[in-house]
Amino acid sequence: MTEVNLVQAVNLALARAMAEDSGVLVLGEDVAAEGGVFRATDGLLQRFGPERVLDTPLAEGAIAGLSVGLAAQGFRPVAEIQFTGFIYPTIDQLVNHASRLRTRTRGRLSCPMVVRSPAGGGIRAIEHHSESPEAMFAHIPGLRVVIPSSPERAYGLLLAAIRDPDPVVFLEPTRLYRAAREEVEDDGAALPLDRCFVLREGTDITLVTWGAMTKETLAAAEALAAEGVSAEVVDVATLKSLDADSLLESVAKTGRCVIVHEAPLTGGFGAEIAARIAERGLVSLLAPIERVAGWDTVMPLPRLEQYYLPSEARILDAARRVLAYQ
Amino acid sequence: MPSAEKIGGLLDVAGAAGESVVARFEIRYRRFLDPKGNPVSPLPDFAADRAELVALYRAMVLARAFDAKAVALQRTGRLGTFPSALGQEAVAVGIAGAMRKEDVFLPSFREHGAQLWRGVSLVELFLFWGGDERGSDFAEAREDFPICVPVGTHAPHAVGVALAFKLRREKRVAVCAFGDGATSKGDVAESLNMAGVWRLPLVFVINNNHWAISVPVAQQTAAATLAQKAIAAGFEGEQVDGNDVIAVREAVGRAVVKARAGGGPTLIEALTYRLSDHTTADDARRYRSDTEVSPHWAEDPITRLRNHLVGRGIWAKTDEEGLLAEVAAAVDKAAETYLQTPPQGLETIFDFTYETLPKDLADQRRAALGAVPQ
Repeated sequence: MTEVNLVQAVNLALARAMAEDSGVLVLGEDVAAEGGVFRATDGLLQRFGPERVLDTPLAEGAIAGLSVGLAAQGFRPVAEIQFTGFIYPTIDQLVNHASRLRTRTRGRLSCPMVVRSPAGGGIRAIEHHSESPEAMFAHIPGLRVVIPSSPERAYGLLLAAIRDPDPVVFLEPTRLYRAAREEVEDDGAALPLDRCFVLREGTDITLVTWGAMTKETLAAAEALAAEGVSAEVVDVATLKSLDADSLLESVAKTGRCVIVHEAPLTGGFGAEIAARIAERGLVSLLAPIERVAGWDTVMPLPRLEQYYLPSEARILDAARRVLAYQ
Repeated sequence: MPSAEKIGGLLDVAGAAGESVVARFEIRYRRFLDPKGNPVSPLPDFAADRAELVALYRAMVLARAFDAKAVALQRTGRLGTFPSALGQEAVAVGIAGAMRKEDVFLPSFREHGAQLWRGVSLVELFLFWGGDERGSDFAEAREDFPICVPVGTHAPHAVGVALAFKLRREKRVAVCAFGDGATSKGDVAESLNMAGVWRLPLVFVINNNHWAISVPVAQQTAAATLAQKAIAAGFEGEQVDGNDVIAVREAVGRAVVKARAGGGPTLIEALTYRLSDHTTADDARRYRSDTEVSPHWAEDPITRLRNHLVGRGIWAKTDEEGLLAEVAAAVDKAAETYLQTPPQGLETIFDFTYETLPKDLADQRRAALGAVPQ
């Protein structure tokens, strides 16, 4: 057992996947000699060589597109997009090609590829380095969208993503990269790509979240505990495909729900979760669902980002309103 | 300070103070047959083989017969919108004729002549344009990519395919075709660049039919040729007469041989002309006149090769009549098979979205099939 942070866990999973399958390639901008700007691919070039770890020219659209070609030829490319601000050129390839190659050829060709990218705010990064675009990807049929929230889950979910026979967008919360260390057994064991993780069990209210927001949400749950409220915290982790059953089970138990995410409110993935609960869990609800999200504004530059990111205080406000509802 | 000689291997120095020429390029244009089918230069070796020339001719005639049938089916409400390749058959057939079976072809949407050569069936093509995914589940050419409708977005796929060949040290080549309009897209620029950097076994063919729907080439680029876009990516670009199938076949043939030998990519600009509307949904009279179009009929690639074959005594009237009857029968039979093919079941909408249907989607599948979702 080794104690690692989240970015080291990503590195461990990449190395494990590359060691067990010679078809796994790592490619992207600065992933080779540099080892990635966050060091997620550190040491892979030295261990696996330049034919497995490829620095590409600086062209995100073509990085995604060439991954489609490699995947159709039987490789398992793991493409790194340096920041989510630069991920948008990949959307054309993901929507028009990666996500539909299997269905449009009736299974003749498929696309086992992963697009990894650091995502989210809170690291005082420059403009275009702090966005949370997960809902855009979750809207694309044929993709999977995964967001880990701890080193252990980063390791197990990334292994699962690389082994999955279909394209996966894997968004790594930048704020958590070096936030905490935990023991991760590098045993090659993957985690399921269709399950929520209950991070804290509770009976009075369900707090649903994912990625970096698990931190504030768990802190809010702790504060609520001090007030005698038992909050359940669920990490969605795999936004697509969504484990709606686990969320409904939790809400059936608590009757109250607050959804927390960093991305803007409107059209955010919280809306999808709220709709699922409304459709199938309305009778168990004792109060309206609330969402605590980023504002419908452009992600501010670092001097103001603390006003944008949902805070523990905002989560607590929402939770108290939901708890007080009669 | 390096001298001009050291920088570019060039001795001449430009006029302005401190300036020297560090790079130069030229683009060559090649044609073997003039529009009447007369050789304008010695023909390449393969053209001595009568069977090969006849095969190219037959493939162009078949492509045109398919094309005409597809338009007719669309006009009578039995096929979806269809992009005719009328007058451009030499580009597609010349490409495919130069490829090996184990190579991979990544078409745009006007290369059915190449697809047919490579083993995609007439029925599959009718199915695709008739709105059935099975049309892209080729029984032959299993590794070829399906038709790509979003312009130029398949160019990076060709980079990936060629990179796969290179990494596996396979002597195979990816061949990617797109139109003149696609050269304005970042996807193509990025792909040319990557192919150059990695010296990939990749041949790009621009099917320059001079019109991107209503926009002429002069409004796509200020460059004198599209072929020269390869120069900026660090490899050879050349032009051929895209209505001379021998020229297309020869140029692509040289490029695939070079690629297979590790010599890297090539960009071939095949100059042809779109005699048809962009698609059956288009009316080209809105943006170009008949007087602009009609001279190009004299360039017709099929007439050109037929004249050449007749002149060499390889092809006679009876051969022509036999071929036309044969392709008409094949095309009619395939169209009938397509028309008699029942649609797929609605469950197939779901069943190929993922290898294993996620539970969430399985619920939707059940709902679609009429069962009450859990």
